[in-house]
Amino acid sequence: MLHTFIALVDDKPGVLTRVASLFRRLNLNIVSLTVGESERSDASRMTIVCDAPEHAAHRIKASLYKLETTIHVDEVNRSEAVVRELCLIKVAAGPNQPHGVHSRSQIFELANVFRARVVDLAPESIMLEMTGSASKIEGLLQVLRESSYEVLEVSRTGRMAMRRGHHSGRVFKALGVNTAEPLAPHDFPEVDHDVDPDALPTGEALPNEFDEA
Amino acid sequence: MTTKNAHPTLTGAEILWATLAGENVTTVFGYPGGAILPIYDALRNFPTVHHVLVRHEQGASHMADGYARASGKVGVCMATSGPGATNLVTGLATAMLDSIPVIAITGQVSSKVLGSDAFQEVDITGITQPITKHNFLVTRAEDIAPTVRLAFQIATSGRPGPVLVDITKDAQQAAALFDFEAAKPAAYRPHPMLHVENPAIQQALELVKQAKKPVILAGHGIVESGAEAEVLAFAEARQIPIASTLLGLGAIPAGHPLSLGMMGMHGESWVNNAIQEADLLLAFGMRFDDRVTGNLASYAPRAKKIHIEIDPSEINKNVRADVALIGDLKQVLQLMLPQLEKQSDAAWLKEISASKGTAAVRDIINLPDNGHLYAAHVIHDIWQEAKAAGRLEQTVIVTDVGQHQMWEAQYFKHESPRSLVTSGGLGTMGFALPAAIGAKFACPEKDVWVIAGDGGFQMTAAELSTIVQEKLAINVAVINNGFLGMVRQWQETFYDKNYSASPILSPDFVMLAAAHGIAGANVSERKDVIPTVTKSRTSGKAFLTNFQVIKEDGVYPMIAPGAALHEMVRRPSKDPLLETAEDE
Repeated sequence: MLHTFIALVDDKPGVLTRVASLFRRLNLNIVSLTVGESERSDASRMTIVCDAPEHAAHRIKASLYKLETTIHVDEVNRSEAVVRELCLIKVAAGPNQPHGVHSRSQIFELANVFRARVVDLAPESIMLEMTGSASKIEGLLQVLRESSYEVLEVSRTGRMAMRRGHHSGRVFKALGVNTAEPLAPHDFPEVDHDVDPDALPTGEALPNEFDEA
Repeated sequence: MTTKNAHPTLTGAEILWATLAGENVTTVFGYPGGAILPIYDALRNFPTVHHVLVRHEQGASHMADGYARASGKVGVCMATSGPGATNLVTGLATAMLDSIPVIAITGQVSSKVLGSDAFQEVDITGITQPITKHNFLVTRAEDIAPTVRLAFQIATSGRPGPVLVDITKDAQQAAALFDFEAAKPAAYRPHPMLHVENPAIQQALELVKQAKKPVILAGHGIVESGAEAEVLAFAEARQIPIASTLLGLGAIPAGHPLSLGMMGMHGESWVNNAIQEADLLLAFGMRFDDRVTGNLASYAPRAKKIHIEIDPSEINKNVRADVALIGDLKQVLQLMLPQLEKQSDAAWLKEISASKGTAAVRDIINLPDNGHLYAAHVIHDIWQEAKAAGRLEQTVIVTDVGQHQMWEAQYFKHESPRSLVTSGGLGTMGFALPAAIGAKFACPEKDVWVIAGDGGFQMTAAELSTIVQEKLAINVAVINNGFLGMVRQWQETFYDKNYSASPILSPDFVMLAAAHGIAGANVSERKDVIPTVTKSRTSGKAFLTNFQVIKEDGVYPMIAPGAALHEMVRRPSKDPLLETAEDE
């Protein structure tokens, strides 16, 4: 399943490598990773989406915190957070295209429906800019392709996430609240004692060296 | 030079030494070179720090590690840029896997040429990133003191580990104001996911109360936390037997009636059987390594698990914990002890004790002298000799990796913490000799023994010269069977006795020692073991003994990879190695 982590990290050289390296060590594929400045001048905020077994989240979060450069980590699911992605799409739109001279106006209409903006016009192409959830972006791309437009280039930022109505570490600090976030009970799922706890399907556990031996 | 009160302007190199001296460092293991020459030049101004010249930088990192393990303090090693820095890597990885506080200082090319493939330039912070707890690149003199002080805090706090500080040559040469107090790092922030709440403690206490067959799994965290007394009090209050990991040996006295011995791949049968039979496992500062669990699917199937651990990422990693108390072991146990109800039912202990009788592993000790010398004899006799001389508490054994390491763990009964120094997690051959040098500097008054195989000993044998240069009275016992013994045993068991690259030719170790000016002896008969051990121990100088032991001996019991903990392979009952002279 996909996990989304929002991490506040030191804004220093090499921090991105440390975070990326951690996922590599756990043999987890990063689906997307965005990083940029945050409300703190000395810290960057990252949104990391990775594909990992359901129970892996605790260990990933704990491992992120083990990096000396990590200030705060939050794991969010889709309902708890606003998740956005920015996408640039270059579409072929010249007189030689299947839709001919009408292609541009049709692309404008499509863009309107998806609330995308035209940011560049060239004789043979149009560039669209769109912000939204990943599924909305995929929707626009699909419609363009299914309408026989040639998508020349796509550049996506990857997901950025922010917890809804949840205060960041700085607000906590201003409020004098300890940001050390205690584990909620759901971080330790109740184990059904009649079932062998280790008899979980192999996909549920992070791979370890012993499995290979 | 006073370092703590004055605020003089110093060079970066001087600031480094002043900071190390301020952190109470008295011994540094290192090797000079171009990019660290300013630091070595400044050394003469700091007479309180003794620099030990090693023969290979790997030795320096192992020495710092051995120093830290034997003393509980931070070990410091130093190397130049490029090859000097890369040679530290194995030692840093060794320290990382066993959570040992080590600081490595490396010289780096000038910041102006960073990234240009300058002479002896290597990206050592990149290389060591996965094998250090943290590392730093310092390019300005004024950053040296705060960075080094922060490195000490990181190395020793939470779950300890190695930290590397890479300092460019121009930072070493530049001048800056030195203020030790001002360089103090901000208060240590514990891992935000530490979690010890009263409901969890009550839950744990309830599990303990209900348990009929509890076992404590004693790990390295006991020693790191200094929780030896609390663990013993906990065990004694409920009469809970204690099984130890390799790095947990010595945390609990081996002679204590509740101490079972080592668990895991080469653990004694009754220890592993007790774990498999248990209805409650109390994991104290250990991480359920694959070498102690065997096959996870069949590991302790009836047992609930209480995991007390300072590193939240270890919780539920290999074994699912029913109750996880994430915090410092000593503090957690101090919260639990006052609420622990006493219990003196000895039925479970008797059951375990009854199963000891059949343990084949003890046979070798009981074997009358049959003309053969076994490694087990040597280790047993080193232990007996120290015990008879009343030096057991004053003995530190430093092992290498392989068969002799497991025999040591089985036959040497460690009564005190930090009396065994061994590479557990990484299993680094070549560790013993340099780590023993570090241990001797940490505990000059103690008897330090190197126990190494003929293979591992040759990996770092050059450090014999360091022993002589530093005039160290270290006892070296080479357990020589002409093989890479553990490799040979696996080839015998799993590869149809195809001894591919496991027979090893060695020099005459006694002559090798003599070439270094170290006295030595060859021993191949049981009767000579104790007299030679006494001679070595009391000689007041370094002494090397080459114990020529039987060639194809195996470590038993043994759990094959992937097998369950109770499916151990015993020593064959008709082992030709066990035949007496009359049988032959």
